[in-house]
Amino acid sequence: MGLEIIIAIATMGGLGFIFAGGLAFADKKLRVEENPLINTVNELLPNANCGACGFAGCYDFAVKVVEGKAVPSGCPVSGNETSIHISDALGIEAGNSVKMIPVILCRGGSSEAVNKIAEYNGPLSCKAMAIVSGGDKLCYYGCSGGGDCSSVCPFGAMLMNGNGLPEVMEKLCTGCGICVKACPRNIIEMHPVDRNVFVFCKNQDDPKRSKEVCSVACIGCGICARKSDGGVEMINNLGIIKYEKFDESKISFEKCSTGAIRKIRYKEISVN
Amino acid sequence: MELLIIFLSASIVNNFVLSYFLGICPFIGVSNKISSAFSMGLATTFVMVLSATVSWLLFNMILVPYNLEFLQIPSFILVIASLVQFVEMVIKKVSQPIYRALGIFLPLITTNCAILGLALLISMREYSFLESIFFALGAGIGFIFALMIMAGIREELELTDVPKPFRGAPITLITAGLLALAFMGFAGMI
Repeated sequence: MGLEIIIAIATMGGLGFIFAGGLAFADKKLRVEENPLINTVNELLPNANCGACGFAGCYDFAVKVVEGKAVPSGCPVSGNETSIHISDALGIEAGNSVKMIPVILCRGGSSEAVNKIAEYNGPLSCKAMAIVSGGDKLCYYGCSGGGDCSSVCPFGAMLMNGNGLPEVMEKLCTGCGICVKACPRNIIEMHPVDRNVFVFCKNQDDPKRSKEVCSVACIGCGICARKSDGGVEMINNLGIIKYEKFDESKISFEKCSTGAIRKIRYKEISVN
Repeated sequence: MELLIIFLSASIVNNFVLSYFLGICPFIGVSNKISSAFSMGLATTFVMVLSATVSWLLFNMILVPYNLEFLQIPSFILVIASLVQFVEMVIKKVSQPIYRALGIFLPLITTNCAILGLALLISMREYSFLESIFFALGAGIGFIFALMIMAGIREELELTDVPKPFRGAPITLITAGLLALAFMGFAGMI
């Protein structure tokens, strides 16, 4: 009996020893050299894995920052403080990032846009509406009001207002841009937070039809473009602002008969 | 012929997940995406074949000659744990994305009862070396089958209008039950 116990202990001990040796050897051979800085940077990041930086996730971004292929401020979600911490950890300059927020370029809510005779009675989702009939509104370019952007927002920063249009809660918005991809009509665009002049319409119909379908559409008259020195261009019956040449003092906003091009007040949030 | 029957029996008729109900944890845990289900299946198959080989050698070369059969469970667990560590190292070296996609489920292969069950079944049924390798391969392929079918169904389920109380785990378990029921149709084939 005593011998059996000793044999059992010896066998298990021996086996354990052999496997441990094998693993130690494999560890030497297969070790992945990982820069410890990657983990430090990864811990500083928000770890929301939203992908707004353009990489596969926070970990990927951390790898790229450590390799020098991305700047610490490349994460639009985390603020200046984080990028300073990251650059401290790496010993490099932070660089500046201007916070981008989504702008909804349609003001044709339920009270402005004209509805079709046929009613839409499907699931309340812009994607479904885009597949079936385009929703209730006659305008094929504007917001269909299904709220895909608000349901997809991971931060609860996009809400549908009583007029059936989404609104951005700038304080909650991190600028990840997920809503931009969710919108089947490409109405949402990312703009720097300090930009305040937009053409709030995407309608490319001819003047007659765009006037019929919505009371706040850009009818394509071109009055804003005329004296703007290339700051506004008319493309497909729609005014497009060229921000690099744009000078807002040359635009007379009150001349726009539908108020499609307009100036909004500066957003009162800190620019990170 | 014998080998083919063992292989088919382990992969389809006596599928480890759907008729022995072994390895349910990864079956529910890693079956939400086909791609990660497939890599999890591959990792498990790899560990299964390796551990079947090593534990067969261990059992028949060391434990049986020295009358140490009572050590089979601890020694098999030792084999499996070391092999899982090894596979983890290999995957981390070869593919970081797969490593991160599998996450916690990779070390959990250690405690996957399908693998210990496989090793114990092999020693219980007194398979020969070649038979046990085919048995392990069949079990692994069957595991991949079950995981992929489940992942495919669950990807579709994401898009369907599941009643609220059934969302998440309940509908997954119901699906798994129906799938097991479907696999009962193979019973008695071999």
